[in-house]
Amino acid sequence: MVAFNLPLNSRIGQGKTFKAPAGAKRVREFKIYRWSPDDGKNPRTDTYEIDLDECGPMVLDALIKIKNEVDPTLTFRRSCREGICGSCAMNIDGRNTLACLKPIEDVKGAVKISPLPHMPVVKDLVPDLSQIYAQYRSVKPWMQADTPAPPDGERLQSKEERAKMDGMWECILCFCCSTACPSYWWNGDRYLGPAVLLAAYRWIADSRDEATGQRLDELEDPFKLYRCHTIMNCTDTCPKGLNPAKAIGAIKQLIVERQR
Amino acid sequence: MSETPHLDILRSPLGRVRGLGSAHAGSSHWWAQRLTATALVPLTLWFIYSVIRFSTSSHQAVHDWLSGPIPMVMMLALVAITFHHLQLGLQVVIEDYVHEEPAKTASLVLSKTLCWLMAIVCVVSVLKIGL
Repeated sequence: MVAFNLPLNSRIGQGKTFKAPAGAKRVREFKIYRWSPDDGKNPRTDTYEIDLDECGPMVLDALIKIKNEVDPTLTFRRSCREGICGSCAMNIDGRNTLACLKPIEDVKGAVKISPLPHMPVVKDLVPDLSQIYAQYRSVKPWMQADTPAPPDGERLQSKEERAKMDGMWECILCFCCSTACPSYWWNGDRYLGPAVLLAAYRWIADSRDEATGQRLDELEDPFKLYRCHTIMNCTDTCPKGLNPAKAIGAIKQLIVERQR
Repeated sequence: MSETPHLDILRSPLGRVRGLGSAHAGSSHWWAQRLTATALVPLTLWFIYSVIRFSTSSHQAVHDWLSGPIPMVMMLALVAITFHHLQLGLQVVIEDYVHEEPAKTASLVLSKTLCWLMAIVCVVSVLKIGL
């Protein structure tokens, strides 16, 4: 059965508190999930008091400030700091989002930060994404066409055909959506999840791709695709404002359509 | 604590994800679930209306009404579609939450058997009143 309680070695304890420097005026608490594979201890929540007058506006600014000035052991992924690389996806204030796009001011009270839900943790806020990357690879997210490209140029597409990929090419694979999906939590080993299905549909909707049928064949599976119960957490949480639930619905429709 | 459930399995992530491959099934289940749900909207409203209408009537009055071809067909359709929809839905819930064999197969077989039995009981009851 599904486990509704955390295993004993995953229960989260109370951690250390790092006080704000004396004289700080706009102090905000950041309560951050900490776990290290090296010390053999349970995870804990550390509290960092940060003076917002000395910190940038986004949650990622606070994390970087903590790592640089308060506690260099804090571990998290980040790269572009402008919502295009997807590295700093984490759960902030109960919602999966990108730390670089989340203003601190949007959070009332203490800012609670934990890794993306229901993924194995490598350390602190870093989840192990190897399974979901493998799932992404399994849908062959590249152009499959037997017809060679024209010798004198690229494969052409009308503006209308190109527009069908809007809302999908923008996905940055941060996996906020998949890790917000209860179906992915319970059956993530077999269900592909919203991010990967959105990526699969990006190629199904691409007029230049010639493997639409094989792609649908591969997806038609009670677990790979039909674990989606239109819960809509994916669409609700996507920091890029995309709609994976709609893409999944479109895949289901195409599979029914080709049977008639 | 030393257990890292993900990293100590020697099979590659891609191998695990591909697993047994696609079942090439599931669409008829999904489509049937939608169709039966749609059909149940008018049928259930009609059923509730009829139950209220005959709530204080005699057995004879219900027999006279149910022996008509339209109520009889509607009632049998309601029973068939309700239990078909029920077993489709139960299957989804079991697949979602029960992961271990043989508990999974056992609960799937049990739920479908119970749905069949209950459907037959209802059909017999309808026929006994209506015929």
